[in-house]
Amino acid sequence: MSPTITDANSSFAPIDHSDGLAVLEQRGSVAETFGIPLAVLAELTHRCPLQCPYCSNPVELERGGSELSTEEWKKVLSELAEIGVLQIHFSGGEPTARKDLVELVQHATNVGLYSNLITSAVLLTREKLSALADAGLCHVQISFQGNEPVLADRVAGFKNAHHKKIEVAKWTRELDLPLTVNAVMHRQNLFQLPDIIQMAIDLDADRLEVANVQYYGWALKNRAALMPTLQQIEETSRIVEEAQARLKGTLAIDYVVPDYYALRPKKCMGGWGRQFFNISPAGKILPCHAAESITGLEFLSVRSNHSIAWIWQNSEAFNRYRGTGWMPEPCKSCEFREIDYGGCRCQAFALTGDAGNTDPACTLSPMHDKIFKLAEQESAGDNNRFLYRNFAGGTLETGGDYGA
Amino acid sequence: MAGRSRNISVSETSRPVLPRHAKLKFDETRQVWVILAPERVLAPDEIAVEVLQLCDGLRNVENIIDQLAAKYAAERGAISADVIAMLQDLADKGFLTEARERTS
Repeated sequence: MSPTITDANSSFAPIDHSDGLAVLEQRGSVAETFGIPLAVLAELTHRCPLQCPYCSNPVELERGGSELSTEEWKKVLSELAEIGVLQIHFSGGEPTARKDLVELVQHATNVGLYSNLITSAVLLTREKLSALADAGLCHVQISFQGNEPVLADRVAGFKNAHHKKIEVAKWTRELDLPLTVNAVMHRQNLFQLPDIIQMAIDLDADRLEVANVQYYGWALKNRAALMPTLQQIEETSRIVEEAQARLKGTLAIDYVVPDYYALRPKKCMGGWGRQFFNISPAGKILPCHAAESITGLEFLSVRSNHSIAWIWQNSEAFNRYRGTGWMPEPCKSCEFREIDYGGCRCQAFALTGDAGNTDPACTLSPMHDKIFKLAEQESAGDNNRFLYRNFAGGTLETGGDYGA
Repeated sequence: MAGRSRNISVSETSRPVLPRHAKLKFDETRQVWVILAPERVLAPDEIAVEVLQLCDGLRNVENIIDQLAAKYAAERGAISADVIAMLQDLADKGFLTEARERTS
């Protein structure tokens, strides 16, 4: 048996989200064509005490009153587990703003789902975190806006946010929960990246996500204040590569480049409706968390009389941009069409007015040069004032009071 | 310190166990064993699954090797190094940790 054991490692292949579909396709999937995703993002609420100007929630935020009830979420979790989803990411808004979070995590555990909490951390107490751990929570991801309170609290639009996050990160490791530090990067905090990497090491984090802001929704409104310069991005890539090599085995670093400065668009969500869906606070099943920004698509809800699997497989919104059949030129005849699936539909809609266009992040898009030049101009500008995210449609930073 | 337990060195006296963030599970839908980890789903092969199932935090590596040697009627010495190498590899990837002494 010894050769088999030795060989075992080579067949122990990691499957990350970017090629999770390979497994489904190899094994034959539940759906005729598109297997049920391995992981689903549950946006429990859009309520959040922070006001980050790059929030990934839609500009039209869902009010508390329309959120799914505890019983509705539990039913959703059971259904997800039944159809073959393996991991659930509890996100928001701020998921800990839901008073029933422990109950929902416990239910996820009961039905066999691996649970991940994506949190700003500012509402957590040690008791609450401990209760979540006891309920079976598997992983905690905390967002950071910088490595020190002055800038970090200003970006978050929340006093003492940074201090609180550090405290919760320490509790996370004390409770033996694995920790991912999520650092959202932009022009105004990229200079802190080396210190943020050190902060992640000091916090004993397992993973660090260096995620450059993606520009739709709130971030698009704030693009002039957030867009990094090309020089910053080159420096960032250098710093990340050096740290990845130096910290191998200690800290895993995932890096998301801003696609404005890429030559090819990102394979957004692994391709529309291919391996991911998101459930909004009101129960809509979405191909990505920004999909509701595209007008003219009807997204069905778990409150409809359709099952989640049916919505995934058959709904018009999921099928509209699936695969390659919908593509116009230059995507249609492009050799990369099954590499990037035409990029991001939400970005195409936000920047060209038509979600069916080629993502302007692609150099082959007729819009690319114009948009790249605009971004470059904005990055060189001195407009550093934020429009804070809130239910009132946003509040401009006024200096010192975080727009509150 | 919580973090120090992360990179363990496997020996016959180790009592390896999957850390809290790694779950070994049979996926009924896809009919395949998977390891669920933060942001990742991995597919271990049959032998890895068999070894991981023995990593319950109670057995030590010595017991695990004995059990596998008996099951496969293999010479203990021949598989010992392979088992330890495999466990070390799993540990280095973050899917095994050392069971803590239970004092209560």
